[in-house]
Amino acid sequence: MAAAAEEALSPSPCKAQGGSAGPAAGSIPKKRQEILKWNGWGYNDSKFIFNKKGQAEFTGKRYRLGGMVLPTFKEWIERTFGASLEHKTTSRASLNVNDVPPSIVNEEFLQDLRATKISYSQDAEDRVFRAHGHCLHEIFVLREGMFKRIPDIVVWPVCHEDVVKIVELACKHNLCIIPFGGGTSVSSALECPEEEKRTIVSLDTSQMNRILWIDEKNLTACVEAGIIGQDLEKQLSESGFCTGHEPDSMEFSSLGGWVATRASGMKKNIYGNIEDLVIHIKMVTPRGIVEKNCQVPRMSTGPDIHHFIMGSEGILGVVTEVTIKIRPLPEYQKYGSVVFPNFERGVACLREVAKQRCAPASIRLVDNAQFQFGHALKPQVASIFTSFLDGLKKFYITKFKGFDPNVLCVATLLFEGDREKVLQHEKQVYDIATKFGGLAAGEDNGQRGYMLTFVIAYLRDLGLDYYVIGESFETSVPWDRVLDLCRNVKERIVRECKEKGVQFAPFSTCRVTQTYDAGACVYFYFAFNYRGISDPIHVYEEIERAAREEILANGGSLSHHHGVGKLRKRWMKESISDVGLGMLRSVKEYVDPNNIFGNKNLL
Amino acid sequence: MAPPTARGPRPPARPPQRAGQPGRGGVGPWAPQRGGRAAERGAARRGGARRAMAAAATTAAGRARRGTPMFSQKELTSKKRDEFEDILEERRLSSDLRYAMKCYTPVIYKGLSPCKPNAIKSVVLQSEQVQYVIKQLAKEMGESPDIIQEEAVEILDEMGHSMQLGTVRFFAFTLSKIFKQLFQRVCVNEEGMQRLQHAIQEHPVVLLPSHRSYVDFLMLSYLLYTYDLALPVIAAGIDFLGMKIVGELLRRAGAFFMRRSFGGNRLYWAVFAEYVKTMLRNGYAPIEFFLEGTRSRTAKTLTPKFGLLSIVMEPFFKREVFDTYLVPISISYERILEESLYAYELLGVPKPKESTSGLLKARRILSDNFGTIHIYVGQPVSLRTLASGRINLCPYNLVPRHLPQKPTEDIQEFVSDVAYKMELLQIENMVLSPWVLVAAVLLQNLPAMDFELLIEKTVWLKGLTQTFGGFIEWPDNLCAKKAVMSGLTLHSNIARLINGHVVLNDKGVEDGAVGEIVFKRALVILMCSTYRNQLLNVFVRPSLVALALQMTRSFRKEEVYSSFSFLRDVFSDEFIFFPGISLKDFEEGCFLLTKCDAIQTTQQEIYPTDKGSVVVSFLSAMFRPFVEGYQLIFRYLSKETKEAFTEKQFIPGVRNYVFQLLEKGTTQCYEALSSDMQKNALAALVQLGAVKKKKMSNGFSYSVNQEAIHKILDVFDARTPVQKPVAARL
Repeated sequence: MAAAAEEALSPSPCKAQGGSAGPAAGSIPKKRQEILKWNGWGYNDSKFIFNKKGQAEFTGKRYRLGGMVLPTFKEWIERTFGASLEHKTTSRASLNVNDVPPSIVNEEFLQDLRATKISYSQDAEDRVFRAHGHCLHEIFVLREGMFKRIPDIVVWPVCHEDVVKIVELACKHNLCIIPFGGGTSVSSALECPEEEKRTIVSLDTSQMNRILWIDEKNLTACVEAGIIGQDLEKQLSESGFCTGHEPDSMEFSSLGGWVATRASGMKKNIYGNIEDLVIHIKMVTPRGIVEKNCQVPRMSTGPDIHHFIMGSEGILGVVTEVTIKIRPLPEYQKYGSVVFPNFERGVACLREVAKQRCAPASIRLVDNAQFQFGHALKPQVASIFTSFLDGLKKFYITKFKGFDPNVLCVATLLFEGDREKVLQHEKQVYDIATKFGGLAAGEDNGQRGYMLTFVIAYLRDLGLDYYVIGESFETSVPWDRVLDLCRNVKERIVRECKEKGVQFAPFSTCRVTQTYDAGACVYFYFAFNYRGISDPIHVYEEIERAAREEILANGGSLSHHHGVGKLRKRWMKESISDVGLGMLRSVKEYVDPNNIFGNKNLL
Repeated sequence: MAPPTARGPRPPARPPQRAGQPGRGGVGPWAPQRGGRAAERGAARRGGARRAMAAAATTAAGRARRGTPMFSQKELTSKKRDEFEDILEERRLSSDLRYAMKCYTPVIYKGLSPCKPNAIKSVVLQSEQVQYVIKQLAKEMGESPDIIQEEAVEILDEMGHSMQLGTVRFFAFTLSKIFKQLFQRVCVNEEGMQRLQHAIQEHPVVLLPSHRSYVDFLMLSYLLYTYDLALPVIAAGIDFLGMKIVGELLRRAGAFFMRRSFGGNRLYWAVFAEYVKTMLRNGYAPIEFFLEGTRSRTAKTLTPKFGLLSIVMEPFFKREVFDTYLVPISISYERILEESLYAYELLGVPKPKESTSGLLKARRILSDNFGTIHIYVGQPVSLRTLASGRINLCPYNLVPRHLPQKPTEDIQEFVSDVAYKMELLQIENMVLSPWVLVAAVLLQNLPAMDFELLIEKTVWLKGLTQTFGGFIEWPDNLCAKKAVMSGLTLHSNIARLINGHVVLNDKGVEDGAVGEIVFKRALVILMCSTYRNQLLNVFVRPSLVALALQMTRSFRKEEVYSSFSFLRDVFSDEFIFFPGISLKDFEEGCFLLTKCDAIQTTQQEIYPTDKGSVVVSFLSAMFRPFVEGYQLIFRYLSKETKEAFTEKQFIPGVRNYVFQLLEKGTTQCYEALSSDMQKNALAALVQLGAVKKKKMSNGFSYSVNQEAIHKILDVFDARTPVQKPVAARL
């Protein structure tokens, strides 16, 4: 290593200007398994169940849906998937520690590690928890098998300097580091390469979770990269600020993870995506620390080095500190929704909204299948009056306006800002919607739409109990191809299912979740009943792969915000050309010649 | 063929489930079954549970090979085909008027809202594609876009169909009358119709029939009407518009008209392409056109034209549609309506212009008998399946889709491969009548042949044809003598039985000038060869191996292959070969010859067996007219002194040359008089580099490379071996 790097890596105590030494108490404890599921999504106390009456119910008090009965949901599942409550699979109740691959760590390294006083663990549960993200196959393995390779040791640095020490030790002992943030990856990015012979160190950033300072004059905040989304917003709000970055995973995903995957937030129309939000990044690499000399809105100093870091998916180093833009908390929020006679009209409306650059904080369009799905998740209404009102609405839309309930689709909206401006903005958007045959369908529908985003991830676990497997994937696509892409990908999924012997037509649905000047982000949900198929995961993966091929053939991107990981690596060359791939490789070779950050993502 | 016992009553059988193919009407949990309606109605129409449809499942195995990957070696044994049903049978039993007025509600493309022909036109006119070209042209020519838009409107009006149910019913009525007069039977594979019905609902469909007669497209539309399927829109030559009333009638029956050449006219191209694509994308109707571009005057499949095919494939490449079905359709005539017209035309008597009065004059043929028509609707081929893994779509992703874009090389190659594949599928399902065999035998035994010998030879040839995968319609219980006799009766204008001998019917040859005798003889020989020609594409691979064996005078495999490859190149415009698989064709030829015990092969050598010499000499004799004809044409060109010539000069020149040789009696190769062969030979020379083709302001001009022509002639005469790098792995 160069002398300069040596100097930079020299140990010095944690210094946190704004906060106390040591980690802040976050929402997720160090022992994640205490409140999070070990074999599924989210909190232990929150899940879908079928109660004694056979009705679906969502447990817990964390979400608005918590404790509510969903009377039509069971019927929807049975109708959509041909699933039956009588056919149930059960996951292993708990992790069998004997199955877990042993931790192989050499004693010299452990001695060096102990000397740094950095917290670590070789506990099987801790290691398994950090061996995976939330791809379907990973959850399936947790439920029914075991990973072939998992981290040998978990370390919890509490500050930038700790990370410097760990990377230094990894270089010294030739270890492999895999950074771990919120563990919400859906690209196999956290999976350990099976053939990795070195000790694998899972570097859990969760204890680096302080806001170091807030600069109200420039509206920036410097934050340690391990902070998770909900804590960041909670803590900023105490000072009257927010970042406005709200990916669907924000309850669990971390700032560092957002940077490493080029994340996108629901409200990007106001606040921007991660690349628009980030002002400064500090990253520890085997070659040394990379950062800029100032915190400015823009600079012309060659290609932006931030763009080597954003989307690097943990192959170059560990992001430790990020300076991010903040905004005063919005004065007013308002949800809304619009019903369109069909998906085509809906897309045309979104396109027009994007053209006029008047998109609200969030605007999403779900297709008919997803509209019906959302409908099935409607909780039991308490009063006769509400149900009467619902009936009236339905009558108005389907009978009076002639919308076909099997064709219509819904856009959900979220406005944010000054009260007056929001109302003005709202009118503008509804006026456009009217031109495309849209009918305002109320705040409540809109709000439920967004709430579902957080809850929907829990559904997969329920499905898994009843032979239904599924996943979501996303892409970005130019406006003129949105309709063709949506139709073709859905059709491809249906066809592939038929060909692969899936016995019931799959649930194949999409929504347009983001609008841009030049195109949109499209999100697909895809699930099927796998009864009668011997190797469902393999079949699932083949179908997902075919769907991705279809996306690419339709002019869509490899990924809008999920990233590449190991799941989509095979298409990288096609996506960015040989030379492009070579450019990335040469950066990797310079920064990390010994492949210390050896998670094998991306390249 | 399906055993008769397998035919049960309705409900119609579900077609077998196959990947990438239509007609997978599934069970319960999958989408409800839509098809089967036409089948039921078809069966009901026949007054009760007529069989046929139920036979679907039983022949499933036989269809497994169609739609296989592009380059798969053909599986030449165990070829099974669907059964035929005669659709005229019922027409003879019930009222044509009621039939014409029947309730016609065809199933249509999923999710389609029907659209009037005029609405389609305005969609085309307003499309980004057409508007873009209009603006471009306006800018370039300094004209107002309105004027160019006007032009586009005119083009559309000239081109567009205006299908009307009334006209369709009119045709249904009159064609019933006419077809019953002309033909004994019109036989259709009903399973094919059923598959088509499924396909029409699933994805846009392109019908690709073979083209031997004007009857083709009338018959096909008639057929679809009969089966209650959506009527196709048909690409027709603009010449039809020259016919008063008839042109407009055709337009109302769904024809749209394309100019013969419009390469240079960008506006025309844009409007035409967009018109076709709009109809395809929205599935308003199946699109029908002829890959061969024009009626084959020789009954031999013509090499495909790519223009329209690439237009209909583009929406798939651009992913504007999920998939497109290409449906090869083989229409075989026992006796071709235009047979004598064709022969005259090939001999240089110009084709009469399409005119209504001409049509009326032609009505005398109504008193004639034209035998049976067989229509075999092939398995719909999914374009998506064909393209999977072959096409790089990146170029389409990087340019807005409405901009006119020249297809990349690999797309062009793909289009060409698909075109050839479709033609080969057409050929595979062409029905060969016994008369075709008779004609082939007769032409090798001119001027007269013993009747008994003819029968014996015909039966022998029947076996050989079946070995080679030919599709012969020869009823099991029909004795050979009757089959030959009925062929002779139907084609009494070509050959007759006189005193136990079969002779060509060249009446009036005895008297008249020498020239006239030659002409008349040529006429009847060309007519006769039209029928033999139907065998050629089935026989061409083994036959070229046989010819190569004779040419090489060596048994070494590589040398035989070199000669084979040379012949294949020379005849590349004469017969249909899938591009670039010379070796596979060779292997197939060898395989077939081995199968009929004509040759034996070892690692290095190929040699004819003792009893195989009959086969080998028959096969080479079958293709001798082409070998000799080409030699004559090449020889003529080797004497060509002019610096450059046009096709218009070349054809009469070579015709006179051959004519003189025939008069002198130095050659017996009447077929060299055929302008079709002459053009093909010229095209082959262009491809072999022995003739240079240059584009001039008014067509093409040709110039001969004497040295190269002599070299080719020497190879033919076996004076020099073929000099060609041998394929590495034989």
